[in-house]
Amino acid sequence: MSPKPGTEFPLWEVFIRGQHGLAHRHVGSLHAPDAEMALKNARDVYTRRNEGVSIWVVPSSAIAALDPSEAEQNFAPSESKIYRHPTFFDIPDDVGAM
Amino acid sequence: MNDVMTPFATFCLRMGDNALILGQRTGEWCGHAPVLEEDIAFANMGLDLIGQTQHWYGLAADELGQSPDELAFFRGEREFLNTLLVEQPNIDFAHALMRQYLFDAWHLPMLEGLAGSTHQGIADLAAKAVKEVRYHIDRSRDLIIRLGDGSEESHAKMQDALTWLWPFTADLLARDAADDALVAEGVIPDGDAIKAAFERETTKALAQATLTPPDGPRRTGGRTGNHSEHMGYLLAVMQSVPRAHPGARW
Repeated sequence: MSPKPGTEFPLWEVFIRGQHGLAHRHVGSLHAPDAEMALKNARDVYTRRNEGVSIWVVPSSAIAALDPSEAEQNFAPSESKIYRHPTFFDIPDDVGAM
Repeated sequence: MNDVMTPFATFCLRMGDNALILGQRTGEWCGHAPVLEEDIAFANMGLDLIGQTQHWYGLAADELGQSPDELAFFRGEREFLNTLLVEQPNIDFAHALMRQYLFDAWHLPMLEGLAGSTHQGIADLAAKAVKEVRYHIDRSRDLIIRLGDGSEESHAKMQDALTWLWPFTADLLARDAADDALVAEGVIPDGDAIKAAFERETTKALAQATLTPPDGPRRTGGRTGNHSEHMGYLLAVMQSVPRAHPGARW
């Protein structure tokens, strides 16, 4: 059964930090009327198997994204530019592990 | 069975039966809640409660000589000592939320008191369960306030639920000689303190929710095995598979 148009709660994107020291990672989305409920719902939907130690939620509408149809002009030009990877430098021994 | 049980086993069964029967009612929402997020939240809560049930039954297992499964699936209605509140039917989501909130408002101070029990097994169980129940009431309180103080329709539904369920809170707060004996030994907290905490919590939250508890008769009996008409149907559903296939395993 789908809800009446215009009655769905807004969509939120959920980010979870798996353990201290790691960055938050996008894990999915959910519906909620406000940020407080979105956090509670995220706790119930995305951390029930002990997945996290911290949760962020962000209104999906607040996320700006590049147009996928422009992927070619945005990303393809860098494919052939291997010289942009810093693999052509000799690392002095006394720098140690990088 | 009830005649020969010690106060300790009686108390453990009451706590375990409350958690089991509310867990069963909560589980009935699985796949039916109004939105996916609530569906999962209710299932999580039900599983927390059924986990607690196993621990309560486990504490009394030596004395009762029955496994948690036997206690859950092979006792009759009169042998269950849960309160009338938790067996009340789901009816709609407002009833389920209000039942959960009223139970949580009693459950949390009870567990906080039990965390200081002189009985180590109870203190350990309560220390773990209290973390789960702090979240339960966070959620249920938030929702009854939002919906009580929400639209005209949501307010009316929440008020209906409160009017139906409030009289059964007397059964949560009831006590008898078994409780008195355990209070005297420091095994369980004093009922007056629980009642005061329950009243503080509900007075504040229900006012915020713009909901009014009804006057009128209060109902007790579940704690002594005298249940409402809904309990038999609940048990019939919950117990039918183990009774049809006793000893069956996954």
